[in-house]
This record gives sequence, C-alpha cells and structure tokens, in this order.
Amino acid sequence: MTNHATADHSILPESVRTEIDALRPRYPTTEALLLPTLHRAQRAAGGWLSPETIVAVADFLELPPAKVAAVVSFYDMFHDHPVGRHRIRLCTNLSCQLRGAEELLEVLGEEFGVGEDEVSADGRCSYVQFECLGSCDTAPMMMVDDEYHENLTPERVRQIVRALD
Amino acid sequence: MAFEKVLTRNVGHPEALGVRGYRDRGGYDALARALRMAPEEVVEEVKRSGLRGRGGAGFPCGMKWSFVPRQHPKPKYIVCNADESEPGTFKDRLLMENDPHQLLEGCVIAGWAVGANTTYIYIRGEYTKAARILEEAVRDAYASGVLGENVLGTGFRHDIHVHRGAGAYICGEETGLLESLEGRLGQPRVKPPFPAVVGAFGCPTVINNVETLCCVTHILQRGADWFKGIGPDERNTGPKLYAISGHVERPGTYEYPLGITFRELLEGCGGMYKGRGLKAYIPGGASAPMLGVNDQEIPLAFDHLARAGSMLGSAAVIVMDETTCVVRATLRLSRFFAHESCGQCTPCREGTNWMAKILTRIESGKGTEADLDLLASVVPNVGGISLCALGDAAQGPVKSLLAKFGDEIRDNLRHGRYPLPRQRFFDPGAAS
Repeated sequence: MTNHATADHSILPESVRTEIDALRPRYPTTEALLLPTLHRAQRAAGGWLSPETIVAVADFLELPPAKVAAVVSFYDMFHDHPVGRHRIRLCTNLSCQLRGAEELLEVLGEEFGVGEDEVSADGRCSYVQFECLGSCDTAPMMMVDDEYHENLTPERVRQIVRALD
Repeated sequence: MAFEKVLTRNVGHPEALGVRGYRDRGGYDALARALRMAPEEVVEEVKRSGLRGRGGAGFPCGMKWSFVPRQHPKPKYIVCNADESEPGTFKDRLLMENDPHQLLEGCVIAGWAVGANTTYIYIRGEYTKAARILEEAVRDAYASGVLGENVLGTGFRHDIHVHRGAGAYICGEETGLLESLEGRLGQPRVKPPFPAVVGAFGCPTVINNVETLCCVTHILQRGADWFKGIGPDERNTGPKLYAISGHVERPGTYEYPLGITFRELLEGCGGMYKGRGLKAYIPGGASAPMLGVNDQEIPLAFDHLARAGSMLGSAAVIVMDETTCVVRATLRLSRFFAHESCGQCTPCREGTNWMAKILTRIESGKGTEADLDLLASVVPNVGGISLCALGDAAQGPVKSLLAKFGDEIRDNLRHGRYPLPRQRFFDPGAAS
C-alpha cells in the first residue's frame, strides 16, 4: 500500500493534491471533484491522461478506475492518448465554416505534415477540428492551448503555428 | 422612448470588472433591494416580469423558481448554466468576460428568492478566460462582503463556486449538466423528478442560463413593469441579446428589445457580407430550423418564431448568403449532433448518425433519389422519443432543408454535387 501511494505521488503531483484538497469543502461529494482533478492532472502530465494517471486519480478520489476512464473518454477536452506539446483546436462548425475554416484546416495539415489528432514529427503540435467554441463573431477562429486566436486568415494561421516553440 | 441597453451597459467599462467599479455604475443596488423584500415577493416580481429563459427552451423563470419547495429538509442550490455551446452562440461569454458581477448579483438574488445558500456556475471548459474573470470577481465579492456568511450585512449566507466543464454539448441540457457537475458522464436524467425537487446532489435546484440571471438583476433594479414594457407582447418580454454571425458585415452581440425582426437585426450589423444576397438564416442556434428570404419580417421572439416553424433558442442568428451550399451547411450541423449525442437513447444515437451519413452521400455527389426518401423517413423518428431534446434539435436543420431547399438537394443529386464551384472564403490573391 505504501509503495502504491508513493508511486501515485510521482504521477499525480503534490501540488494538484493540495489544490484539490482545498476544493473539497465546496462539494457535498468527492465524486464532484473528478472534473477539477482531471483538468489539473492532465495539465501536470503534459496534456494527456495515461492509464497510470487515470489510476492515480481514481486512487486519490477513491473512485473505480473504470469510472474515471469512462469520464475521460466522454469529454472532448480530456485525452487518453499522447498529444503534441501544443494543442490546436480549430472550430469548423457552421459560423466558422461559412468564413473559411475548411481552408484553415488544410493549412494546418500542410504546416505539420500530419493528419488530425496526430502528433507532428517534432512533437510540437497536434490539431483537431472542434465544435463551436463560442467565438462566431470573430470567425474563423482556433484555440491554441488555452488562448483564442480570432479573425484568422491562412497567413495568420501560418504565423501563429510557426511561432510555437 | 428610445431603447436603453442594460445587459451590455458595462461592456467597454473595464472598471466594472471590480466590485467597486461595478458599484459606482449602480451595481449591487438590485441585490440590496431584493434582500429587503420577502423571498416570495422576489419570485412574484420575476414572475410578473414575464422573463423567459434565455438559454434555449424559453421556460418562464419565475414559474421555475416557484416549483422549488419552500420548506425542505435538504439544502437548495442555484446552478448557473454557463455551458454555452449551441453553435452560433457567444452572448454569455460576452456577459461573463465584461460584466461578471452582473451575473453574480443575479445568482445571489435567485438564491435569496428560493432559499439557496450555494450557487455553482457551470462554465464550459473551453471558456478559460471567462472562468478566470469569474473566479477573480468571486474573490473580490467575498472580500467586499457581497458573498459569504453575511451578504451585504443582512445575515444571509451565499457562496458561489465556478465549476469548469470539459467539452460536451450535452452538458448544456440541464440534467446532463447536473450529472457532469457531480463528476459523471453528462448523460441526461429521466424526468420526473424535475431538478426543482431532485437536482444537484439530490437536492432542490434551480438551473438558469447566464443571460437569464443577468435579466433578473435588472428586473429587481427597475421593476417588473419596466421589463414587461419591452417586447412585442406580454409573453415575449424584456431586452435580448442577439448573437449574429456568418455572412454579415459586422458579426457580433447586439442588444435589442425582444422581437425585433431579422431585417432590422441585419441592418444593424451592416447588412449582408459584401452586399451579397441572402439564401437562408438560422434564428436560434444549430437546433433551430432554417428560415429563408421570405421570412425576414418575422419578429425574433419565442412565440413568433415558433409559429413560423422555427424557434428563438439561444437567439444565435447564423446568416448564409446566396453562394452557400445549404446541403453542406446542414451536413456540418448534422455531424455536430451525431458527435454530441450522448449515446444513451437509441433513436438519437442512431438517428443522428444516419442523418449525417445520408447527407454526406448526397453532399459528396454519391446520393440518389432513394437517399432523399430515406432521409425523409429517418428524420421524424429521431426526436420526441428520448430522455432529452438533443434528438429534436438534430431534426431542426434537416427538416427545414427538406421543406425549404428540396430543389437544391435535387441539384446536388443531379449534378453530382453543388452546382457552383466550391466556395473559397479567402481570396488566394489577397493573402500576402
């Protein structure tokens, strides 16, 4: 048990545990902490949730690992497979489609040389089409990590992705 | 009398992001007023205003509040639905990013009215900036005595917690939202019981949209009569945010009296993109059946749009010009619903995928007349028989495609695909 707990701590960092512990009084159940925990665990783990991380989260919240895995697979912002260092979500829903999003998808493919949801050879980036991100007045748009980039053109997309480290 | 904008009055006034600046501009007066009234009187005032939910369903807000039992052994909750994800909708983001205290004020008023000491603001996970601004505003509100043990010195306790979703349209459905808030898949619940009695964590809960709660703030500030005086009739009242996007000159969020016409809205945002002609518009987000050139004088209000066979929904207006392939546009929306169906109920899970697949065939030029018949036979079976309204929503765009744009579908069938060359939005010569 001790070994198990020690191993978990290397996967789910102390800082995440402390932050989540501070949120416990907000909710009448531990289960309600699952989404907040997964957001933080994913960030700490480099953008995706490995089976080991899922087990560590389950252990920490005393939930069945299968339940945590099911939640991870349900939500578009959680990833159960490796992603690039930067994660690009290009909105291609109607308002963005009407203003050229499909052309921007081609630009992303050209820039990274990989298909959707694949990691570029240098590990820098992965990109996906995403559903409406609520920025239709500044369409087309994409989200790079946590930031919105709006009123995009093919040229602007190239500039943005080339500036990523 | 000229229409005075209230919901967006603090947009462009960054000082309102802080409690002090918000107060200087008249903020938290409504809360003080509400706290001097009996809770029942607050519910009555909101009922009298005619306020209907701004999230999509248009349910009367005061009536929803009155379903919460007064005497109940369990705690009660306010849940603010900030999971804005109906395609085309971006009005709540504007409210949260520019005037977070207007929303917090509405939450506390709602809490007082129904006897809830806690609000959860469930905000879609992608809205990271809005979530940061709300968190900051909540901290400021605690430090200023607006939240916490002793709201404005009255002894009423109210806490607000910001809770982030993680990317799932279905979590905008109120019971899907509650499941997600409790840490599970966002799969809608069987109703009844309704959330007013068995909601968050098994307790009585009111779930209101962001804009709805912001309206509450102004109803308490200015009175139900003021609110009722705006709009075409007593069932369609108040100021309203319209989010317009697509092929228009100045897309954006515009505040108008509920019930302006599409033509007025279009004029207000500079007209059609590059002066092109209109082909179709969606008046209320992806779920709302499309309307056409002959529908421009319909007041964009709950009952008026329902009579026209569409709906106000979230008042997200998406405009398509004459160069748009409506089959392709509908296909995009069908793919969205197929992706977002939570998978619980067979008619929705299967039906949304069937619609998307058939439309893919037609759009790509591989469709036949038989596909058109198949599509027409699938559509009526997707909605109305599931736990939530996602299937009904998915029917909307396809139904209107079949009803209004049959000729265009046949063009697709006849010519292999859309007869015009594929529209490119960006002029290759213009890029540097």
